[in-house]
Amino acid sequence: MNITVSMTVNGKPVTAEIDPRTLLAQFIRENLRLTGTHVGCDTGQCGACTVHLNGHAVKACNILAAQAQGATLLTIEGVRGVDGGLHPMQAAFREHHGLQCGFCTPGMVMNAIDLVQRHLHPAEEVIRAGLDGNLCRCTGYHNIVKAVQAAAARMAADTTAATLKQGGQA
Amino acid sequence: MNAPVIGQSIKRKEDYRFLTGTGTYTDDVTLPGQTHACFLRSPHAHAKIRGIDTSRARAAPGVVAVFTGEDLARARVNGLPCGWLITDVNGQPMKEPPHPPLAQGKVRHVGDQVAVVIAETLNQAKDAAELIEVDYEVLPAVVSPADARKPGAPVVHDSAPDNTCYVWALGDKVAVDQAFAQAAHVTTLEFINNRLIPNAIEPRAAVASYARADDAYTLYVTSQNPHVERLLMAAFVLGLPEHKLRVIAPDVGGGFGSKIYLYAEETVITWAAKQVGRPIKWTAERSESFMSDAHGRDHVTRAELALDQDGKFLALRVATTANLGAYLSTFASCIPTILYATLLAGQYTTPAIYCEVTAVFTHTAPVDAYRGAGRPEATYVVERLVETAAREMGIDRATIRRRNFITTFPYQTPVALCYDTGNYDATLTAAIELADVAGFEARRKAAAQRGKLRGLGYSTYIEACGLAPSNIAGALGARAGLFEAGEIRVHPTGSVTVFTGSHSHGQGHETTFAQVVADRLGIPVENVDVVHGDTGRILFGMGTYGSRSIAVGGTAIVKALDKVIAKGVKIAAHLLEAAEADIEFRDGAFQVAGTDRKKTLAEVALAAYVPHNYPLDRLEPGLNESAFYDPTNFTYPAGSHICEVEIDPETGVTQVVNFTAVDDFGKIINPMVVEGQVHGGLAQGIGQALLEGCVYDPESGQLLTGTYMDYALPRADDLPSFKVGTRETPCTHNPLGVKGCGEAGAIGAPAAVINAVVDALAHLGVRDIEMPATPERVWRAIRSARPGKKA
Repeated sequence: MNITVSMTVNGKPVTAEIDPRTLLAQFIRENLRLTGTHVGCDTGQCGACTVHLNGHAVKACNILAAQAQGATLLTIEGVRGVDGGLHPMQAAFREHHGLQCGFCTPGMVMNAIDLVQRHLHPAEEVIRAGLDGNLCRCTGYHNIVKAVQAAAARMAADTTAATLKQGGQA
Repeated sequence: MNAPVIGQSIKRKEDYRFLTGTGTYTDDVTLPGQTHACFLRSPHAHAKIRGIDTSRARAAPGVVAVFTGEDLARARVNGLPCGWLITDVNGQPMKEPPHPPLAQGKVRHVGDQVAVVIAETLNQAKDAAELIEVDYEVLPAVVSPADARKPGAPVVHDSAPDNTCYVWALGDKVAVDQAFAQAAHVTTLEFINNRLIPNAIEPRAAVASYARADDAYTLYVTSQNPHVERLLMAAFVLGLPEHKLRVIAPDVGGGFGSKIYLYAEETVITWAAKQVGRPIKWTAERSESFMSDAHGRDHVTRAELALDQDGKFLALRVATTANLGAYLSTFASCIPTILYATLLAGQYTTPAIYCEVTAVFTHTAPVDAYRGAGRPEATYVVERLVETAAREMGIDRATIRRRNFITTFPYQTPVALCYDTGNYDATLTAAIELADVAGFEARRKAAAQRGKLRGLGYSTYIEACGLAPSNIAGALGARAGLFEAGEIRVHPTGSVTVFTGSHSHGQGHETTFAQVVADRLGIPVENVDVVHGDTGRILFGMGTYGSRSIAVGGTAIVKALDKVIAKGVKIAAHLLEAAEADIEFRDGAFQVAGTDRKKTLAEVALAAYVPHNYPLDRLEPGLNESAFYDPTNFTYPAGSHICEVEIDPETGVTQVVNFTAVDDFGKIINPMVVEGQVHGGLAQGIGQALLEGCVYDPESGQLLTGTYMDYALPRADDLPSFKVGTRETPCTHNPLGVKGCGEAGAIGAPAAVINAVVDALAHLGVRDIEMPATPERVWRAIRSARPGKKA
């Protein structure tokens, strides 16, 4: 017997009838056809399916779609910079060659954004520990670490600029 | 003058789609009316199939069809072929037991495909697969190469009663034996090159469809070489003419060798797509990847190095047993032979080498090429021996290498290869500087004060890439050509589409190949798009493996560009009313030498497609040229790796604290991409040395490392940042001067890491340590070397 789930995905409300055992990752890929979220292991160990659930990075293969009832979800397709272009994290991955085959990339970017939101100026060890749940077989992580460092600096600068701007307007 | 394009770290054209989640990987493809396949796999390593009852599965909700090996046999679907024939020491062909896509009569490894269920939804297919009843008679299994030939070992195939596929040898045994008899010193080591599971993060997947309209099949598949996939599947397995099968390898999420091969699953669903009259999708779960992707390495080796009193290498003698698994995968047979023994000269002048390889069947997943493919195994043999010999003889480890380096080129090795160029002293010197070897002793002392054991290890490797001259490969048993094909389509307004038979699954061809074209044609990189991975759009191809893409695929493109320019000269001569001999092509324009009269590429292209003023009596319209390129030699990338580790003697935990690689890849098109390839290779090499190891239970044959909880893939916090550099001796026999860079890291790194670990522990009396050097193994090595100390 199917159930109905509703949530907000990338800013848009969605509702679907699903098999109750449908994983969130399956729901995103099969029902919503948002195929940027990848499944690399089905078991919560590779992180390719990482999305933001109510603002926090989660592995979408590790929870049921039903558990996300009413939640706000952000997938890689909804990640944008302030100008609508690449988010600073995406731009930094490109600039620093933090991706090769691209399969782990969406999950890596989602987790990295969450990491930087929690650690404004992360040291290399913090980045490496923070990305421990995301496997990449191509890059050896070297350039991913560089990209996250660069993005963190940029995001901090943007935050400061935004704060100053707000202060100026007040 | 245009800005240089070659040698620039141009940001990748493919990144935007990957970063925005808009790439198209095989599992992202959904076709109208699509069904889903689930394969029932053997839970046993070795068993007789007494019977299969599929009746309950067929009756389950949503099930469209269920097929077993009997159905395939009845439909005359052949077994999966092996693409390389090895001839044994007695001149006999290797044993080639059948490899049915679905098991017939017996299962031979855990994960062997027994049946397939095709259903409306994936969950329905999975549910129904659980309803299939297989009556197994479980038989004893053998999993280790060392046990495969023991008397009484369980037999994998009746046609190979001693579990031996072949015994093969290379080199001059008599000369080697004579050299050993006169040696001042002999260093002997026995080691296991640990079995690895490739683990591209994208699992294998396929979507097959059949169109009754034109009696043709289309297969989307995670492949590194779609044309080879098409050739093997059409001609050998399904008996189809090739023009009735289109194979598309769209975005592919990493390969590392594991996606070269023709696998059972895509073959079965392609066949079944016609039977059920609907498209079928299959995507591996990670546990299926662990069980059924072709694995890598798995050698047991005894190796001896003979030296004179000055540390000059006199001879090398190697005996290896290589595990091929339960069935011959597509290129399995050539990996521990042609791509292994031929590399045993390394960077050295060792005058006499003899290698004997015994390849065995076991009740394990098939073993085939995994990043480096034979060459990491060879490098490990040579570099562990060299470092051990240096320590035994009291010679500095860099010095003993320099004493034996090949310094004059071309150099004919005693194991069939002819190195065209190299400068091994230069890469070693650069690596020593970059790694600050001079400061190592101080770092070692500082580490000791922190209670850590610090060690440093070298590895100076060579590889044979740019696979391969077809005539040489054919003489060695290859059943395919190893050329590459490319096509340059200059559009009427001067933009360019490049079609390459090479395939990118992370390597960045869409950027680097575009750089080659933009450079030659003098146009912006943005005006060049590269198409790969589709037999329906690309004339032909042999795909990507063996670090061959730029050296062979890139050269095919250059050859096609030469034809484009040659035709452009003729067109321009006509337009400019000049003699062809007076036209030179420079900076994107055809110019009458010594004048300012010229026609741009775009003007020439427009004239070619709108041939109103055109020499139609002697020249065809259009500007579209293709070329096939078959290399005349292998390329020989080489380099020096230096690893520094710190070991906690209380826990055995080994940390790589510095890793330096200086490589000679010849000319470099895009340094950023090349560095990325090195980083990834190093991660896999360090992974092999310290973390990764596939383990089968020796009794039951069960795969014990079947998840990421048991198989330790390197994670971000397992690795250091790397120091990489390059030195350049251009390849002498291709126009770009390129050698290839994809495998180097994985080839050089394992020996460097283990040499560093042994260096850290040598003062305790540790002489060798088995890969992966896990904390337990290191801890035990320390404890057993210090028997008096409390454990």
